[in-house]
Amino acid sequence: MKQAHKIKGHELLVTAPSFLWLALLFLIPTFIVFAIAFKPATPLGGIGAGWSLDTLRSLSNPNYPAIIWRTIWLSFATTALCIALAVPTGYFMAKASRKVRQFLLLLIIIPFWTSFLIRIFAWKVLLHPDGPVKRALVFLQLAEESTSLLYNAGTVLLVMVYTYLPFAVLPIYAAAEKFDFRLIEAARDLGAKSLRAFFTVFLPGIRRGLMTAILVVFIPSLGSYVIPDIVGGPNSEMIGNKIAQRTFTDRNLPHASALSAFLTLAVMAPLVAMLFLQGRRGKQAPLIQEDA
Amino acid sequence: MKHSRLPLLTTLLVLIFFYLPIVVLVVNSFNASRFGGTWEGFSLKWYAQLWSQDEIWQSLRNTLFIAFGATAVATVFGTTAAFALHRFSSRLQRFHYTLIYTPLVVPEILMGMSLLLLFVALGAQLGLFTIFLAHVTFCISYVAMVVLARLQDFDFSIVEAAQDLGAGWWTAAWRVLLPLLAPGIAAGALLAFTLSIDDFVISFFVAGPGSTTLPIRIYSMIKHGSPPLINALSTLLLLVTFVLVWLSQRLTEEKNQT
Repeated sequence: MKQAHKIKGHELLVTAPSFLWLALLFLIPTFIVFAIAFKPATPLGGIGAGWSLDTLRSLSNPNYPAIIWRTIWLSFATTALCIALAVPTGYFMAKASRKVRQFLLLLIIIPFWTSFLIRIFAWKVLLHPDGPVKRALVFLQLAEESTSLLYNAGTVLLVMVYTYLPFAVLPIYAAAEKFDFRLIEAARDLGAKSLRAFFTVFLPGIRRGLMTAILVVFIPSLGSYVIPDIVGGPNSEMIGNKIAQRTFTDRNLPHASALSAFLTLAVMAPLVAMLFLQGRRGKQAPLIQEDA
Repeated sequence: MKHSRLPLLTTLLVLIFFYLPIVVLVVNSFNASRFGGTWEGFSLKWYAQLWSQDEIWQSLRNTLFIAFGATAVATVFGTTAAFALHRFSSRLQRFHYTLIYTPLVVPEILMGMSLLLLFVALGAQLGLFTIFLAHVTFCISYVAMVVLARLQDFDFSIVEAAQDLGAGWWTAAWRVLLPLLAPGIAAGALLAFTLSIDDFVISFFVAGPGSTTLPIRIYSMIKHGSPPLINALSTLLLLVTFVLVWLSQRLTEEKNQT
């Protein structure tokens, strides 16, 4: 009995620091977002006293449905493209020799560690009207001098895929590395065509990695703000841009909160579904993988 | 897929995709031309100009100050979190795991916004301290995940042996487990440090006057400043990243030998 009591004490001691910190600075603030959405805004950019539904009414802004729709399709497209590129890459890495694998892993990890702003800026340089890609396209007569490669939704999608791809490759590779490739041979021996073996044996075999990859690409995509801000234009804004504008330009925190609360709900749906599907802890493919 | 070249081709495409923009950026940082459309000769003038930008150096000082502080706190809390998650499997730990895991996937803008509202509601002065608090918050999760992954490969019979030989729980943890896990903890700390140095979105929301960090400075340079200067600065930062990744890999190799 005393032993059990002591173990409980140890548990609380090692759990308390992170638990309390995250409860105070992550969990409670999330509830505050929902509360402030029901507060009135003051002209000076503060939060007024009392409660109000004004902010919720102002969400019926006619621009919002288009922005929400764009946010959703860009996130879906980003996720689909990232998975389509990450699965063959993860497959190749898992089958490669140890040396090649280590080297490839290093090459995938470097972008993961590189400043996100710099990686976005690099595309702005590359696609700049006087930049190399534009010049090459004009030279090959594939683009007019007046075409802009920047500031449209297509460019936002391209840079989103670029930014989130390492997050998709790492969990898929981690799952593929543990996959028993003899299963594919067995399926082929039993008469399955290569492609069929790939879809019916390999993909189900790495499903945990796939689910983690979908989660870590789709959810952050929904909240993108810097990418459309830097390489997008007024016609490629996402919800994140609106939250930032309400916060920094208009200084209307209740309005920004209402938008954030909406985004939180949108993000929670796939997150809860995924946590539920993945079941208990310890079974996820690791999100961070530094080494084979 | 045995005979298919598709996986190989996709991997090559992905690598070109990853590195083409970075290579162009690095090459352009040595280009005398302002817009980088044409090569006008090798030049170090952008690096020289960078040297005299006091604002950049001031923001770098802020960034490093926050990164060292946040890494120290997050490494301790992340490590204790990983121990708790690995050793106990109660309902409390299931909730604890969700608390640790969720910040890894929640969009940064939501974390930034909710922390800003918390600080506004508390009437806190926005500045270096609020950025520090925010950085600890997201770094804890990353450290916990890296250390937890290490604990899962860890051979606990060594700790049990120590306990059989009479060591108490704390002695075994402190004298046996911790030293063996040190490379993993260091790898988690390096990741936390890198994330803290790179963070823009969350810092931007909770920054106040006089607490400009390097990424906030870079963002305003991207918006209003001179592109070649950012190229030069980015190249220097890429160099730092390569060194950090290399260090992290070294720590991992060491683990494999034990």
